[in-house]
Amino acid sequence: MSASEQRQGVNQAGRESAAAKPRWKILLVRPESVTFVLLILATIVASHLSPFFADLGFILESSTYYIEFAIVALVLTLVIIAGEIDLSPAAMMALTACIFGTVLKAGAPVPLAMAASLVSGLALGAFNGFFVTVLRLPSIIVTIGTLILYRGLAQVLAGDKSIGSFPSWFVGIDYRMVGIVPVPVIIFVLASIALGLFLGITIYGRQIYQIGTSEMAAIHAGIRVRRIKMGLFLASGLVSSIAGLMTASRLGSVRYDLASGGELTMVLIVMLGGTYIFGGRGSILGTFLATWLLVIIATGMTVANIAINAQLTVMGLLLIVSIVATNWIYARSQR
Amino acid sequence: MLRNKWMLVAALGASLLTGAAYAADPVKIVYIPKNTGNPYFDSIIKGFEDGCKKLGCEFTTVAPATAEATSQIPFLTAQLQRGVDVVAISPNSPDALNQVFDRARSKGTIILSVNSDMPGNEDHRDAAILPVDFTKTGPSQVELLGSQIGYEGDIAILSATTDAPDQNVWIAAMKDTLEKDPKYAKMKLVTIAYGDDDPQKSTTEAEALLANYPNLRGIISPTTVGVAAAAQVVETAKKADKVKVVGLGTPNQMRRFIENGTVDAFQLWSPYNEGLLAAYFAVGVKNGTIKNEAGTVVEVPELGKVTIGDKSVLKTQADLTTFDKKNIGDFNF
Amino acid sequence: MSLVRRLARAREAGILVMLVLFSLVVGLIEPRFLSGETVRIVLLAIPLIMVAAMGEMMVLLARHVDLSIGSILGFSAIAAGMVFRDHPEWPLFIGFAVAILSGAALGFVNGLIVTLFRLPSIIVTLGTLSLYRGLLFILSGSKQIDPNDIPEPIIRMAQTSPFGIPWIVIIAFAVALATWLFLTFTQVGRQIYAIGSNPGAAPLRGIRVVPVTILVFTLSGALAGLAGIIYAARFGYVNPGITGVGFEFTVIAAVVIGGVSINGGIGSVAGTMLGVLFLGAVQVALPILGVSGFWQNAIYGGIILIALVIDRTVRAGGIRGLLARGTA
Repeated sequence: MSASEQRQGVNQAGRESAAAKPRWKILLVRPESVTFVLLILATIVASHLSPFFADLGFILESSTYYIEFAIVALVLTLVIIAGEIDLSPAAMMALTACIFGTVLKAGAPVPLAMAASLVSGLALGAFNGFFVTVLRLPSIIVTIGTLILYRGLAQVLAGDKSIGSFPSWFVGIDYRMVGIVPVPVIIFVLASIALGLFLGITIYGRQIYQIGTSEMAAIHAGIRVRRIKMGLFLASGLVSSIAGLMTASRLGSVRYDLASGGELTMVLIVMLGGTYIFGGRGSILGTFLATWLLVIIATGMTVANIAINAQLTVMGLLLIVSIVATNWIYARSQR
Repeated sequence: MLRNKWMLVAALGASLLTGAAYAADPVKIVYIPKNTGNPYFDSIIKGFEDGCKKLGCEFTTVAPATAEATSQIPFLTAQLQRGVDVVAISPNSPDALNQVFDRARSKGTIILSVNSDMPGNEDHRDAAILPVDFTKTGPSQVELLGSQIGYEGDIAILSATTDAPDQNVWIAAMKDTLEKDPKYAKMKLVTIAYGDDDPQKSTTEAEALLANYPNLRGIISPTTVGVAAAAQVVETAKKADKVKVVGLGTPNQMRRFIENGTVDAFQLWSPYNEGLLAAYFAVGVKNGTIKNEAGTVVEVPELGKVTIGDKSVLKTQADLTTFDKKNIGDFNF
Repeated sequence: MSLVRRLARAREAGILVMLVLFSLVVGLIEPRFLSGETVRIVLLAIPLIMVAAMGEMMVLLARHVDLSIGSILGFSAIAAGMVFRDHPEWPLFIGFAVAILSGAALGFVNGLIVTLFRLPSIIVTLGTLSLYRGLLFILSGSKQIDPNDIPEPIIRMAQTSPFGIPWIVIIAFAVALATWLFLTFTQVGRQIYAIGSNPGAAPLRGIRVVPVTILVFTLSGALAGLAGIIYAARFGYVNPGITGVGFEFTVIAAVVIGGVSINGGIGSVAGTMLGVLFLGAVQVALPILGVSGFWQNAIYGGIILIALVIDRTVRAGGIRGLLARGTA
């Protein structure tokens, strides 16, 4: 499977030379199309694996478990295109959600608790951004440190307890439907469109690509690199707290271990979507498609009663295969 | 409103796919333990399997990799989609699964909480299958340790996490027993340590207990990870004669310490019987032969009669089983 | 070279001062901490971290990171445990060999993927972290290796030896010594430093970057495998879902606090040993002080960040240099 997708990708990428190409061509000849083909393949395979799979309502319902990570992955896509990475969003989700729960439990009304969660998300993002843009430390290791720190602080704050008893209007965002589509999915689609436009047609979007392609060149071109990077880390913190609130609403309770291991899922989504790990290339469309690919694969395996052993193995393999494939496509196209 | 309509459609779709569930179909039961690779739950699974063999129900088990609060949810949803009749689950969180449970029950699926209950959220499940009368765990453990140290001296508790609900109930009962029963007047609880059910932390905590309290006579550890760690530490420090370790452990985990004399006795119940009882109860309720209300008597050939208690709680046995050199050879779980 | 060496020395001294200060402060609050018993507990706690840390240190020196060592440790411990359980008649060294070789094989795969496709090791090993955990579940059939199945001599390794000090402690220090000899006196060892200091220039100096990098990952895996045996000895059982989970963060914290630079090229065995010792002291101090275990992760995360800032400050030539460049 991977060999053919790589070959296909190479053929496409081979035709792509530099940035100056008509827009339709840039859209068509990219790793995203590989993701799209895989998505269709996965759907067919999953339908054959289990007769219970092909049910749109079920797939949409199951998607809400991954959508929270996917919304963060959209912003993570921008961060990675800009040549940085953030491994701490899952921990930020947990910490901000625990802050929400704690503030609420202390007697504050829900809007205030939500505000506290969002502000703390910004603060955590700013903390990451400070290390990266002011102290100029590599984001990959800084966010490993903050991943442990934030998760640890969530544990200190909430202990091992489940904080729950939220008001009923706040609980169950995944059961609120528009047609047959759960609200989180709507949010995800809207966020994808907004960020896709931001990255595709605004000057900031172009600057993000430039920073990722060559930071030196970007600085010389007068782009305020550090400000944009700081903005991206802030956005990452903010979107993590939004995702954390969505999880809190879905579960009706929060605990320090919420979203644990989510960093793997987020990075996996971005990589599956064909974003280049070294920055400068990638798209929201790819991340959007990859989200559904992941939903199909994960849900398909679970409903087919495939044991978690195999699932962990497949997820790990997928991550490696997807970066190897993407990397290969881009390396070819650079020649 | 809209949601209900869709549930109906989904339910219809599911029943169409599975070929319309009528009474003659075997009852489909799934058991979702806390996490995979935990030997304790393997015994429960064995109980389910044997029960279903006799009753002719269809049994499957699926498990997440970690015992994190949300890890069971995708499995739960997928099982409902597969059209199971009964979900037996050892929940990783007392409340995070409430929404999914509610939706499952509205479709007619029976939810059983196995091995631990969901305190405060009992109305989100149909019944709970508990291994033992939990009010007896605390006093029983105190007595076991007391009998080994002549009811005299400093003792400590090594628990799971500070917020572990079951352990905290037992610890409260232990404190109560030590305070009120004059038999234990000379036993002094010096501290409670928490090893978070992590082998490394439990080991360090147990070592700190020995270092901090040179006059320590005994450790009670009401958690399988903790009691094994405490036994290992006492053995390593060569203090098995001086410091007695008791607690809740599985025979396979503790056999070595019983055989080499590090531990005289420990306690537990039969997880196997939990699975067995749950299977009989589930099939009975699904087929309408058992009424799920307080006072109903459930009969399990191997277990005898079990009466459904308040809040639909069933207990497989009244007292804890004590394992020591004499009987440990009879158990393999 | 002499500058690097002086920097390393200064760092080691710094960690030593921190360790002494920490012990004194804890000792002031809780005098029981400053006892022979504490030394014994710390010595028992550190071999597991120390052995794996030597491997992770070499990976970091080569300007890479290995996040998969926790899963490798689990895999090797399960593999060895299965040999012990299923073939009690085989000599013990076979179990050792299985642990070390399976660890080396998994590390080799990491190194191969990283070098062959020129990918960032952190992402690759994030993937293999999940992959290897999945494989170990499959290998073990999700079954735990019970204390009964671990041979008596293995468990005694954590208790005694002919010299009075438990075997696992002797093994840990022997591994540290061997690592030091390897890094100091072999050409390959010195090349690891060179690659980390300047990966671009290394080939120009005749260093074959790819094989050396693969070797580093293989060694890291092999040492994680050996740590798997130490785990079995110390805790007496191996559980597929618990053994080694989150271990990578403890080890990375120990290594970076030991002054090994995340940017490669700087770091020493002595520093790493002190880092491990410091972490061991923290681990033991928490319960003695009666601090909740919930603090442990927050403290590890904080330690990593502080070590990063110190690293950056030293590189920038002091705080003034850091700020000067930082605001430029």
